[in-house]
Amino acid sequence: MKTNKFFIIGIIFILLLILAAVFAPVITTYTPSEQNLIERLQAPSAQHIFGTDDLGRDVFTRIIYGARVSLSVGFISVFIILVIGTFLGIISGYYGGKIDYVIMRFTDIVLCFPTFFLIILVIAFIEPNIYNVMIVIGCTSWPGLARLIRAEVLSLKEREFILVAKMMAVSNIKIFTVHILPNIVSPLMVYSSLAIGGAILTESALSFLGLGVQPPMPSWGQILTSGKDYIYMAWWLSVFPGLAILITVLSFNLIGEAVRDAFDPKNEKNNL
Amino acid sequence: MTYLIKRIISSIPILIGITIITFFVMHMAPGKPTDVVTDMNMKVSAESKERLQKLYGLDKPVYIQYFDWMKRFVFFDFGNSFKDMRPARNKIFERLPATILLNVLSLFFICLISIPLGIYCAVKKDSFADKSITIILFVLYSVPSFWLALMFMILFGINLGWLPISGLYSFNFDTMNVFEKIMDISKHLVLPVSVSVIVSLASLSRYTRSGMLDVLKQDYIKTAYAKGLTEKQVIFRHALKNTLLPMITIIGLSIPGLIGGSFIFETIFSYPGIGRLGYEAVMARDYPVVMGIATLTAILTLLGNIIADVLYTWADPRIKNA
Repeated sequence: MKTNKFFIIGIIFILLLILAAVFAPVITTYTPSEQNLIERLQAPSAQHIFGTDDLGRDVFTRIIYGARVSLSVGFISVFIILVIGTFLGIISGYYGGKIDYVIMRFTDIVLCFPTFFLIILVIAFIEPNIYNVMIVIGCTSWPGLARLIRAEVLSLKEREFILVAKMMAVSNIKIFTVHILPNIVSPLMVYSSLAIGGAILTESALSFLGLGVQPPMPSWGQILTSGKDYIYMAWWLSVFPGLAILITVLSFNLIGEAVRDAFDPKNEKNNL
Repeated sequence: MTYLIKRIISSIPILIGITIITFFVMHMAPGKPTDVVTDMNMKVSAESKERLQKLYGLDKPVYIQYFDWMKRFVFFDFGNSFKDMRPARNKIFERLPATILLNVLSLFFICLISIPLGIYCAVKKDSFADKSITIILFVLYSVPSFWLALMFMILFGINLGWLPISGLYSFNFDTMNVFEKIMDISKHLVLPVSVSVIVSLASLSRYTRSGMLDVLKQDYIKTAYAKGLTEKQVIFRHALKNTLLPMITIIGLSIPGLIGGSFIFETIFSYPGIGRLGYEAVMARDYPVVMGIATLTAILTLLGNIIADVLYTWADPRIKNA
């Protein structure tokens, strides 16, 4: 794989973020839910580099702890997307016929709903918490991947090595796992790193609307909600968590983009 | 024409699937809508609770409720809102123009900006301008839309005080003359439309750029240059048309994203469209309104895709033969 400077920047930032999330208690001097009502809504200063919120909690600390939420939602919901999307895509592309028709029409139906509305719809009726957010994002965002994998499998299954495997009476399960899966790794990698960014965006939007991660667990979207409530006096409540989301999503997108370029035979040169 | 008919027939199963999904998502939900009325009120007896549930047909088996609902659905009759007892249809349709206005304006500006941008980048491929535009668009693609909205509200609404940050009308809207009314509405639209345009610019301009690059490699472009045409003539007369063709499909596919985005924008900007109505209805467990909006947006999306497909076959005769 060609090394690409944007890819390196993305990877370094994500690794730093993971380290920060894991070692959050070491990095921060406060605890995320430590309230200090005397120091409410303070602008950034030496003690509180990102300021404090309406309950006097340190915003920097909350952002570091919020990384735990964003990263785990990102990784786990994308894992769910990968499982559902790859499974349906392979089955649909490999077997074709009626199975393909049913799965693809179902995919079309799910695609007709604006994903975000579908998520609000479900979240509003089940208890909003971090696990449900992961599950709902995972269960509603797979159609794109299923289509992609189906298309890949459609062309793969006509290739000689699959035909030979079939002729040698290799079981279907073995064909899927040993012969097909390794050949769709690169689209899967591209899709998942872009999807992680998307899932983090969705989680923060849900938390922003009060439908995601619930207090006292700190999340970036939720800090932004208080940013909206105190929009007239506390700009730091809106600016810093937003930047955190932006940089994280950007990093995942950069990685996805770089992987795509590296695997794309049409690209003689990396464009980004 | 036959294609149009075929296309419509093939989308009927999808349409039915949409209604089934909406209906069952609503009914898997714990808690009955009548709980809002009954549980909050100590005086309501068990019998009157049952009576209320019977009134809404909530005591019947689910599939019967579905068929009852489907019968009325044909006339877009989703029942009365639980909140204020007005027909859900009226509540939705009176909010629909505002949402359509917002989305059509956004789509218009997205095309207006991103297509020329994409073409410019493709023509000047690998130049400094191309690289910087690509990077800026890439950053914009990663921006959380609701955060951008918040930043714009702080900057233009509060610090600079140029634009109103919520709603679609000012308080004294009724006393204005026609010209002032138009000005007032446009002022209110600036922020929601620009946020919606900015976050959606990236994908369309990238598609345009890569589409244009593909076209520019074709033999007929080389022929055109060989004939001695200027670059302008080649790009605008020969390359542009073939680049724009696939855009029809991509614009069609972007409709659900736009509508989905309006649920966030409308809530943040307190914009009186179906996005905010939907959000409020979901929060209040207002089944009829939620089901109405869900099916309506899904149908609009389906319609958008059909129109895009049909336009595409009409514009590109190669498809018909394929």
